[in-house]
Amino acid sequence: MTSTLRNQAIIAGVAESEIGKVPGVTGLALNAQAARRALDDAGMTPGDIDGLVTAYSVAEPYFMYGTVLCEYLGLKPGFCASMTMGGATGAILLEHAAMAIATGRATTVLVAVGENRATGLTRDQAVAALAAVGHPAFEAPYGPLIPGFYAMIARRHMHEYGTTREQLAAVAVQARRHASLHPNSHMKHPITVADVLGSKPIADPLRLLDCCLISDAAGALIVTSPDRARDLRRPPVWLLGAGEHHTHEHLIAAPSLTRFGARESSEAAYRMAGVGPGDIDFAELYDCFTITPILEAEECGFAKPGEGGALFAGGATTLEGRLPVNTHGGMLSHAHAGAAGGLLGIVEAVRQLRGTEGERQVKRHEIALVHNEGGIMSSHGTVILGRERR
Amino acid sequence: MDLPLPAVTPETAPYWDGARDGKLLLQRCLACRAVRFYPRRTCPACWSPDVEWIEASGRGRIASFTVIHRPPAPAFAGRVPYVVALIDLDEGPRMMANVVGDRALEVAIDDAVEVIFEARGAVALPQFQRSAR
Repeated sequence: MTSTLRNQAIIAGVAESEIGKVPGVTGLALNAQAARRALDDAGMTPGDIDGLVTAYSVAEPYFMYGTVLCEYLGLKPGFCASMTMGGATGAILLEHAAMAIATGRATTVLVAVGENRATGLTRDQAVAALAAVGHPAFEAPYGPLIPGFYAMIARRHMHEYGTTREQLAAVAVQARRHASLHPNSHMKHPITVADVLGSKPIADPLRLLDCCLISDAAGALIVTSPDRARDLRRPPVWLLGAGEHHTHEHLIAAPSLTRFGARESSEAAYRMAGVGPGDIDFAELYDCFTITPILEAEECGFAKPGEGGALFAGGATTLEGRLPVNTHGGMLSHAHAGAAGGLLGIVEAVRQLRGTEGERQVKRHEIALVHNEGGIMSSHGTVILGRERR
Repeated sequence: MDLPLPAVTPETAPYWDGARDGKLLLQRCLACRAVRFYPRRTCPACWSPDVEWIEASGRGRIASFTVIHRPPAPAFAGRVPYVVALIDLDEGPRMMANVVGDRALEVAIDDAVEVIFEARGAVALPQFQRSAR
């Protein structure tokens, strides 16, 4: 049996659903729309799918989400799982799909995640649902709020390394500019550093424009065996490496406030792919808040510890920079709907690797890294994708 | 709407009983001597089930904090802006609490704090105030 996932699976098709506020459409329907579009992108039919992996839905909390989605789509697969790893789920689902293919348990796996978080929940219900991430006895009674957890991480980073409010704001400004060049983004109007610094305070030092969106959105991938590469409508994208790492769930139990499991998950992915940070042409980094991609850029080896803020503020991570990051606008501006936020980074990476993105297309697009993170920097999944097998 | 109450379980009841008596109680593993937070039946360092409860000094320092402006639930609306902090206890473990009392909003990382107890429903919730250490 193979001991690596390198070159064991290809991404044949990708898609997202309608994005933004999509009233009157269920989360299952958004998943189905993304799945149908991804299947079309791959040039395949529903009969080709013999595996399905998905996440969960806060807006539509079915107990067995995976089999509910199979039922909705009329699929009767031999391999099915629904995983709940928060924002890390997307990358980890791709890893699991590849494991199923590498071990012969499935040939073609549909990865579909997303939900109607913008219109399926009221704003207060959405915030209350997210507040449940805090420990029910030892965090939640103190009213921490999800942005508050990340605000404490951001403040510690500012304290230890001198990271500035302006550096955080640069992450949001850049994301908005990238989203404005994407045909299907939730938020497109340009913003400035002054807009971010002047937006409504949420959990100091984080303000409204430091926080990701709440969208209706789903994303889907068709992952298949390399044997199918020649049958596809589009050139395949290869999974070169994957890694995950989990250190805690609640922030009170985090081993550190500045050092997280993204280092181990990315190191595992680099080892499997046989590449290092210097080989990565562009990256899609989970950006639930502006501090998050700064931490991940450091942990994935793109900047030294403490220098992530300067990396973004200096322009290295723009479309024209030496390492474009969040080329679709990320969750800060493109879309965020539960586990779909991270998965849409994989969708974007595949498109950029194909080289089809026009005005948004990055110049160098051989190898990409996508990092997804869930909880409060708790669970981490990293995948490295390539235009060619390596 | 009332402020949320902690979920008290048989594992954590001694902690909340202690808080009602004005004591901050921590668990110490009898096998490896690690002091842990939050209370649980298994030591996360060595998996021993053997444990004793010790009374903490109630003193610690701020590891980080935020000032919440947007309340997570209507019950917190009357409290904003308020401080949520991570406190490194002198005994080692890290816990979360609000910083309350005089000049709470001027709190800074590394500030010395000491425990007080807030009556909430039938429980006493450990909270912290700035101390002159």
